[in-house]
Formats: sequence, C-alpha cells, structure tokens
Amino acid sequence: MDDLLREFLTETGESLDVADGELLKLETDPNNRDILNSIFRLVHTIKGTCGFIGLTRLARLAHAAETLMDEFRNGRPVKSGAVDLILRTIDRIKLILAEIERSDGVEPPGADEDLISALEAEAAQEPAAPTPPPAPPAKAEPAVVVSLERELLPGEVPLDELERMFRETAVEARPKASAPTPAPALAPVPQLVATAPEAEHAPAAAADPAAAAAAQTIRVSVSVLEHLMTMVSELVLTRNQLMEISRRNEDSDYKSPLQRLSTVTGELQEAVMRTRMQPIGNAWQKLPRIVRDLAQELGKHIELEQHGAETELDRQLLDQIKDPLTHMVRNSADHGLETPGMRRLAGKPEKGTIRLSAYHEGGHVIIEISDDGRGLDIARIRAKAIENGLCSEADAARMADAQLYRFIFHAGFSTAQQVTSVSGRGVGMDVVRCNIEAIGGTVDVRSKRGEGSTFTIKIPLTLAIVPALIVETTGERFALPQTSVVELVRVRSDSEHSLSFIKQSHVLRLRDRLLPIIDLGAVMGLSCHWGERPEGELIVVMQVGSQRFGVVVDSVSHTEEIVVKPLASVLRGISLVSGSTILGDGRVIMIIDPNGLSQIAATRSDKTGGTSKNEAHAGAEADSNKMSLVLCRAGAQGIKAVPLALVTRLEELDAGEVESLSDRCVAQYRGTLIPILYANDEVERKTSGKQPLLIFSEGERTMGLFVDEIVDIVETEFELKLSSGSADIMGGAIINGTATEVIDVAYFMQRAFGDNFDIPVGHAHDRSGRLLLVDDNAFHRAMLEPVLKGNGYMVTTCNSASEALEKLSGDTHFDAVVSEVDLRGIDGIGFAERVRSELHMHDLPIIAIAAGRNPESIERGHLAGFTDYVAKFDRNGLLAALREFAAQEDKEKAA
Amino acid sequence: MSTPAVNVERRSDAHQYVTVRIGGQLFGLPISAVNEVFVPDQITPVPLASREIDGVLNLRGRIVTMIDMRRLLGLADVSLARMAVGIERTGEAFALLIDGIGDVLLLDPSTYDSNPPNLDEEWMQFSEGVHRLEGELLVVLDVERVLATVGGARSAA
Repeated sequence: MDDLLREFLTETGESLDVADGELLKLETDPNNRDILNSIFRLVHTIKGTCGFIGLTRLARLAHAAETLMDEFRNGRPVKSGAVDLILRTIDRIKLILAEIERSDGVEPPGADEDLISALEAEAAQEPAAPTPPPAPPAKAEPAVVVSLERELLPGEVPLDELERMFRETAVEARPKASAPTPAPALAPVPQLVATAPEAEHAPAAAADPAAAAAAQTIRVSVSVLEHLMTMVSELVLTRNQLMEISRRNEDSDYKSPLQRLSTVTGELQEAVMRTRMQPIGNAWQKLPRIVRDLAQELGKHIELEQHGAETELDRQLLDQIKDPLTHMVRNSADHGLETPGMRRLAGKPEKGTIRLSAYHEGGHVIIEISDDGRGLDIARIRAKAIENGLCSEADAARMADAQLYRFIFHAGFSTAQQVTSVSGRGVGMDVVRCNIEAIGGTVDVRSKRGEGSTFTIKIPLTLAIVPALIVETTGERFALPQTSVVELVRVRSDSEHSLSFIKQSHVLRLRDRLLPIIDLGAVMGLSCHWGERPEGELIVVMQVGSQRFGVVVDSVSHTEEIVVKPLASVLRGISLVSGSTILGDGRVIMIIDPNGLSQIAATRSDKTGGTSKNEAHAGAEADSNKMSLVLCRAGAQGIKAVPLALVTRLEELDAGEVESLSDRCVAQYRGTLIPILYANDEVERKTSGKQPLLIFSEGERTMGLFVDEIVDIVETEFELKLSSGSADIMGGAIINGTATEVIDVAYFMQRAFGDNFDIPVGHAHDRSGRLLLVDDNAFHRAMLEPVLKGNGYMVTTCNSASEALEKLSGDTHFDAVVSEVDLRGIDGIGFAERVRSELHMHDLPIIAIAAGRNPESIERGHLAGFTDYVAKFDRNGLLAALREFAAQEDKEKAA
Repeated sequence: MSTPAVNVERRSDAHQYVTVRIGGQLFGLPISAVNEVFVPDQITPVPLASREIDGVLNLRGRIVTMIDMRRLLGLADVSLARMAVGIERTGEAFALLIDGIGDVLLLDPSTYDSNPPNLDEEWMQFSEGVHRLEGELLVVLDVERVLATVGGARSAA
C-alpha cells in the first residue's frame, strides 16, 4: 500500500469520527449552520480525495451524501431520518476503508446502489415532506435493535452515546425510508466480505480496524499523560527499592508477589510509554510542502521519499526533532541537490531525490536524510576548518574524511559559497547538532563526492527512562547511559588488550584500534587512581557518534532502568552531568553525559589526529626530541619506520583493488586514483586478500605504500644516521633496541609524482643545538623534523611567522631558525626583517627554505636578513648550512 | 535565645523569622521562604559544581540541591552536626546547610536596621538588614539573592 493511501485512510478515519460526532450534534441542533458546514466540508474532502486516488466506489458514495448535505445547506430542515441515512453512509464508508486497509489498497468489489439511491431519494424529497411522529423509545422494539446490533453495530460506533442515538434514529428511519433501504443496507456486508476468508466473522472483523483507528484518536491532555508518566516513574523507583531490599533479605515470603509487582510495573511502564509514542510521520507532515516550495524557489526538481513514517517515538522528542529535520531537509534541497542542468551534466536524472527514512535500532530511532546530490566538498571543508581555526593544517591533513565532514556541525561553519534565502549563513548545522544532542541524540554525516550525502540522526526512544550502567569511581557512583556503552574491558599487564602511555595521553589498544582513555574520577574532579589498581584497569568502552573512547572506572555494579530527573538549573551548566536519578537505596547519583565525555576524549585525540591511530604530539611537543614512528615490516630485512606525522592514514587495501596502468600500480582511494608503490622489492605482491597500506598526502597529492605488516606505533627518541645506501631509506636508527631503517617518504613521493621531491642523500653529522622550524606546510615540517632531530638538533616547530616571533621573544634560546619563505600571513621575508629589526637578534642564523632559487629572491632574502638560502628538500644543504653556522659560532667563541 | 517583647497590636508590620546559626552568627530567614527543616543524609556530591554546592540528596523522592551556607558566606568549613532548611524557588527544591536551627521569632520593625555600612561586602549582598535582638544581632538572609548568587557563581565558574 502506498503512503498516500495509508495517509488517506488514517486521515479519513479521523475525519469520519469527527463527522460522526458532528452529525449527532446536528441532529440535536438542526439549525446550527456551522456544524452543517463543517460536516459538508468533511464529506466533500472525502469525496475529493477518493476521486483523486481512484477509489471510485467511495467517491460515488461520498458524492451522494454530499448532494444530500448540500440540500441541508440550502435550508432544508434537517431530520433525524436523513441524519441516520448519512450516518449509515459513513458506516459503509468505514467498512470499505477497513476492507481497503486489509486488502492492501484494493477497493472491495460491491455496489452501494441501495444507499446511493436512498440518499438520492432523500435529497429529491420535497422539502415539505411530512415528518413522521417521534420515534418510540428504542426499548420498545427490542427485536429490531438486536438484529441491528448484530449486523451493524459491533465496533463501528464506539461511543455509548452514539450507540444510543443510532438505535433511536435507526428505529425512526426504518418506517420512513422506502422499502429497499433497510434490507440492502445490510446486504452489502456479506457481499463485501465475500472476498475475505473468514466470512462468518466478517462484519466484526471488517469493522475492527476502523474501531481501532477511532481508539487511537482519543484525545487525552498531555498533562494527564505527563502526570501518569511521573507516577509510573516513581512506581518504578519504588519497585527498584523493594527489589533492592528483597535482594538483601533471605526472607522469601514476599519474593514472589514482589516479582509479580515488578513484572506488572514493567508492563505498566511500557504501556504508559506507549501512550507517549507517536509516529514520526507527524514530524514529517509539513516537509513535502516545504520541499515543493523550495523546489520552485530554487528551480530544481526534487522528489521527497518517505520511509518508515510509522516509526514511533516519544512525543516530546518528536517536537524537538521537527525543527532540525526541517532544517536538514532544506539543507539537502539547497546545498545537496544540484540544479537540473548540473545534474544532467553529471549524468544524473534531472530530478533529485531526498530520502527520509526512519527505523528502530537497539533502543534508538535512526532517522536518515539522504540526497543524491553533489556530496560534501571535502577540500572546502578542510580549508574552512583551517581558516576558522578549528584545526591546524597538519591535523586537517591527517584527519579522516568522516572527521572533516563533522566540522560542518561547528558553529559558523557554512561552505555554501552563496548565501541564499534558504541556507548558507553558517547558522544551522551547529544548531541542528545542539538540538539533537540536547535530547541525547547524535548526528553524523557521510558523503560521497558526486553521489550525495546522508545525515544520520540517532535519538533515544524516550528521555524519561533510560537503561544505565552503574559504575563506581573513587567511592562515588555514577550512571552511564547504556546506549553509549559498547563493552567492558579489564586490562591487566598480561592481557591481550593493553594500555599505552604517550606523554600524558593514555590509549587503549583494543583489537585493531587505539582508543583514547579518560579516567572518570579525574575528569570528575575527584582523585585519579590511574595505575594504582593491582587487579588491572576496568575500562568501559563507550561510543558517541562514531567516536569511541574508554572510560576508566573502579568498579561496575549493575545495570538499571533509571528515571532521569533533571538537575536544578544552577547545576545544568556542568557538561559532564546530564541529570540525576535516585537509586534503589535512595541515594541520588549523577548521570554522566556521554557527549561531554566524548568531547574530553576528542580534545585529546583531535590534537593528535584522531582516527589516524596516532596519539603522538610530534609537531606540538616543542622540547621533546621524541618522534612517533609507525613501525612496519617490509620484506625480510627487519623493521622499517615511518614518522607517524607523515602518515595520513593506515589502511588495508584488497589486492584486487590494485590496478596496473602501464608499469605503475594505482588504486581507487576515496574516489580518486592514487599511485601505489611497494616499500621495496621484497614486499609481497599479494594477489588476493588485504594488504596494509600507508597513505601519504601532501596537498592534493596522495599516494599509497604497501608494506607487509604494520607492527606498531611507538614514540621514542631516536638518532637518525642518514644513509648513503639505497635511495628509499632516509637512514637508520636504533628504535627500541632494534636497528631500524627509516623510510624516506620523500623518495616515494618523488617516484609517485615526479621531480618535486628531488632529494639528494647525504651524510650524517651530529651537532646539537636548538632549532626553530617555521613552515606552514605540515607535510614539509613533518619531513624536515625527523631529519633535524635525527641529527641531534632539538627542534621546535611553528606553523606561522607570528608564532615563531612569539617563540623567539620567549625565554627559550634558539641557535638557529629554519624558515620557509613562502608563508601565509607574514611571509619569510617579513619574518626575517622583524627578527632583525624588532627582536634585535642580529646574529641569529636564519636559513631560508625556498622552492625556487632565483637570484632576485635570494638577494631580497639577504637584504631582509636571511643568513642562507637552501632549496626545498635539499636536506644535506640544510644540514651543511647549519653546520657552517655552528662552526662559525665555535670559532667566534674560540676567538 | 531570648524572645524580644512583641507588640501584638502591630503584628501586621511584624515579620516572622526562622532563626538559624551559621558559623556562630544568628541569621533569620523569612518564614514564608522556608518549606521545612530536616537533617540531611546521604548527600551526593555533584562533581564540577561550584564550591558552595554541597551536592544533592533525595528528600522523599525529590532531588534537592544543597547549598553550603558556610562556604557561601566564606566561613570556616568545619563539619558540625548539620541541619538543612528546605526552600523552593521556581519549582526547584533547594536546601541551605546550616549549623543549627533556632526558634521562630516574631520581630517588630522597630528593631530593624539596614545593613551597617562596614558589613563584609560578601555578606552585604545576602543580607536584607539586621534586627537588634537582646544580646545579639540577627542578620536577615535574602533567600532570593542567595539562590541567585549560587546560580551566578556557577555560570562564572
């Protein structure tokens, strides 16, 4: 059955119920034109809609009723006989509707000539037709009433009053209406149900759905429901308290009644919850119209598909997601879908589709809004994120696409180039996110360039009662919403999952993932027992959106359905606490807000690159000579290392996805073809199965490097000996006691992309000193850093001239500065000038790194204060230059 | 505690106060502001909340936010046998933690004085004025201001 029809059935069902009531009022108050008009409109609407969706039988019936109603509107006195006739017509319409619903949209065969002719006869009757005497009381004719009740009444007219009225009017109508009326009025019923298998029970069965529909529309004031809900909540609490007591007592006399009470309470709770449930379609009702208007405004062809509109969720939530949903649909229509012309060019049908779907999944309602439009522009998001200062370029380069997409939920973030009346002002998605998070939901987006984007909203079914895991830390109990809890892990020194410490960051190595770890006691401002538990750490792995993290707790006690009680307004600002609840023993405990925790976890993992499985602070740790290295195996010759900062992602690629283009290997990676190289000749060329792949990106260029196995990620101090051996190795170092070759990423980039990464290989030299490395390109920074560190320099990096100036004017003494010339903001020239003129550091060697070496710019550089000029990627040149200054300095000292 | 003489004829002008002791000082709370007096039990601390919020507790199914008056008034933080005065504001339940509860006094405006100008600035904002009792002074607590300050302190924290 299609949605339109379903909607029609529901709506008509409701309209008919209203019509029932109105007709009854009309009967008692025949001169009330308002009532008359409203009934006429109802019948008219039914007629119109039926004709529109091709339900001819219904349409004819409704038409006949409408004609009669029109007579009344034209001033003809309303008589109960006529009202009865219309009521019977309505009943018939209900029967047919029920049948349509049962037979999945097919109008049942059969004729309604009896009613139609009666209606027509009534309409044609002289206005002055004599009114029959008032009907005898219904009780006087029990036989008729009984027979009627059997055939027509059951379930169809649920209200007692209606029943009574019906009985009275039916009796009255019988003598008055022409002979065929009573009998055929009953006759079509068997005819109707002849199609249905259970012929005997047919009248009741056919009528039941309509009755059920009527029951659904009983209106109860919201406050009554709320009160009921509160009472049930209290009952649940009391039940929990009793259960707690019973657990402690062995006395079993009241155990079984308590058990029964518990079950009943549970069922009651569920039933009350159901009263608050409404189909999500209610929140969608206005969307088709909005989309239609938008399509006209924007000159696009848009189709709105709706799936799962019947999915139910809490009324309170329904109200709160209406606006975010509307906003997101508008967004999809405006940003997501292209104009028909562009769609044609892209080889897509002109008509764009926005698909709304909703379904239940594990105690949550998932709502998806997807379009088949252009998808999110990752480059623009990245640029915008950097521009807005949401992340550094290095972070952006390292982030997974999914993480970057999430930036659109930040405040003031709009990538629409033009502000339209619909969207593009940069308010919106953050508001959407706030609204959704406020109700304990999450929103995420995935997108594929050229194929569209999908927003996924995940919200709990209800806010009032949530299952929670009760945990304890430093003597305090807290409730963690179960919906965010993924698993519990106990980590001992000998267990397969292990904890690693990278500077102050703790990470859990859980199967193939690294998870940031936070200590609940510590973030709650209580004391931190980190590492003091001899039995190992107990970690609750939680997930918010697509972010996973571990939370260290002292103990986990049990799970419980808790009733969420809001905190006083003065306490609402605490981001980590979303509410409180009363436990079985009467104690109040705090409910932890998983979103708050995830933000804490995220600020740590974002800093370090999040999903790139990277927990190091390579660029940020100014004074540390430590580097994070990805250790991998490539061929038989031991372990190879790659500075983690250079690795964009660690992937596994199916061997089947690698294609050969002439003599080079390429693979589809995130929608583009990237060159693929093997770390060396010994790396296995797999023909099937997955092979680990290191992804390097520099600006627009991305390449993949196959290795045999990714072994580990370590953070270590290491001394790099530049090697003059094979070109693919930058040098060797002792890492964790093992001789390890450091792969020269630049070499591979050069092989993959050509000349721009031309790097001669030179000799090692050790000379310690403190260097300031200024480069706004994270990749270059990350490439130079290991070289410098490997040569014994302490390296502090900055990504802008202004930051460098700040560092220089600080307390730290630097022996030399290595600066890129082509910087954003203050460029290298300006930087050198300022160092000389403003900071008066006339003797500080500043080495310029420039892509081009034309004499003019070198001259300009010298004038500005650069001491030396080194070509980009000329690492040996750079090292030589540094050595030269060191030597000069030494000489000066000696002199 | 001595009860001053009260002119019954002028009762319409007189105010009833619930007297409480906080750090040795006698305070008065307008009786209309006080819902109940109870002995707090099982207070759950609220992590990351501002200092003067001692925690929350379950009072017959209601969650009550406890405000530590000693901390709010900047008095030494010693834990004595404590009492709590339950008050309600905009539908939310609060309780002020105090050292001890005294009599309910009916005080005549004639003993009322506005705050002495050299009163501690912090106290100034919580005090409506002072009643001169026999032998000591009673500081009238402005409950509204106390609660507002707690909220404000929170947002500033």
